[in-house]
Amino acid sequence: MEKGTWTVKTGFADMFKGGVIMDVTTAEQAKIAEEAGAVAVMALERVPADIRKAGGVARMASIAKIKEIMQAVSIPVMAKVRIGHIAEARILEALGVDFIDESEVLTPADDRFHINKHEFKVPFVCGARDLGEALRRIAEGAAMIRTKGEAGTGNVVEAVKHMRRVMDDIRKVTTMLDDELVAYAKEIGAPVELVREVKRLGRLPVVNFAAGGVATPADAALMMILGADGVFVGSGIFKSKDPSKMARAIVMAVTYWNDPEMLLKVSEDIGEPMPGLEVEELEVRMQERGW
Amino acid sequence: MMIGVLGLQGDFREHLWALQKLNAEAIVVKTVEDLKRVSGLIIPGGESTTIGRLARITGIADELHKRVIQGMPVYGTCAGMILLAKRIANYPNQYSFGLMDIVVERNAYGRQVESFEVDLPIQVIGGKFKAIFIRAPKIVECGDKVEILAEYNGSPVFVQQDNLLAGSFHPELGNDLRVHEYFLRMVGVKYAGVH
Repeated sequence: MEKGTWTVKTGFADMFKGGVIMDVTTAEQAKIAEEAGAVAVMALERVPADIRKAGGVARMASIAKIKEIMQAVSIPVMAKVRIGHIAEARILEALGVDFIDESEVLTPADDRFHINKHEFKVPFVCGARDLGEALRRIAEGAAMIRTKGEAGTGNVVEAVKHMRRVMDDIRKVTTMLDDELVAYAKEIGAPVELVREVKRLGRLPVVNFAAGGVATPADAALMMILGADGVFVGSGIFKSKDPSKMARAIVMAVTYWNDPEMLLKVSEDIGEPMPGLEVEELEVRMQERGW
Repeated sequence: MMIGVLGLQGDFREHLWALQKLNAEAIVVKTVEDLKRVSGLIIPGGESTTIGRLARITGIADELHKRVIQGMPVYGTCAGMILLAKRIANYPNQYSFGLMDIVVERNAYGRQVESFEVDLPIQVIGGKFKAIFIRAPKIVECGDKVEILAEYNGSPVFVQQDNLLAGSFHPELGNDLRVHEYFLRMVGVKYAGVH
């Protein structure tokens, strides 16, 4: 009997596919998310939109907060650590969170290195903007990838850009000759073994979710159309006028992304989405954090 | 004959790939109309609360009840097994299809850090099988008509009740297709063996 194997980590991420992972900041929000059909919740002190507003250093959520949320729901609970913060990750593993997000939404703790995630039994998800970044994170042991997008903006444009870029890079690799793979791996800063695996599979070797700016059922469906395996919704649910309705509608949109009649039905009567921000006007671009 | 994999949420593509490797004709089931086309159904791993909710509001749950009574074979893995169970011991208010005479306990082995893989002896498929348990459920009560096909640490983890098959673990995540073959035999599909 073996725990914490690569199969067990990536297999767990497979269970999230076709689902929505929702940011929550209280036990009550976690229950709303679970009842709406979320496949997991991300336990946070503040949603990204509020982290952006508050400024200063954003750290791992308080243990009391994460515990409160873990006790409230039966679905998996994720939590974020700062990039490179090995000790925050060890603490969350000891606490028993189901998945750790080594996230650019928090202030990085290390300006050169990410966590060596192979050394942990708990699986990790990391953000990426292109294939090279995704494969570097997988090389470090990430069992799941998500686009970075631009968190807390309610603006889907960056998530679209990152998903398109990853998919475009994958398509490129699948048509490359084997002779070209080493030079290409060097160009994108990724291990050649993983580039070869991408060519063989025609996709990333782990689950790839969309994140960072999804605010409506249509946004969620768009990300699925572009090839996402599922969707993270951060501020988009609990910054909307009617979180429960919005959450239910986004869950339906992720299952029925290729059914326009159903998308129309779930997009009616969802109330007002979160207010959005123009990416050009941001003081902090969280997506630039990560190496 | 067509096999369906319930595709509301979860790792349904892995089941689809496994069936395709066995040359079975397989489709993803997302609507009542899809369900009407199939002769057997696999309910995949995923979140049982999510899949249950979507099956109920789309009418798939009602149609599934009708079909199972008519004898359609159904195989549930992990979340799928939870949904087939008549009751969930530690979450008694959670919705399930209630088709099988078993009571399950969700996340019975603990949270994700306790997830594991183990070689499990399963006689009906010819012996040792690499079983992957992910936040897995355990069967805590079985009715008289339920046949136990495999146990782990003294608890049933793979069972059959007439046309219904259920397991705690995920054969779709490995390359060993014998459990899927066993289910296809239940459906009576003609297929070309792989090993």
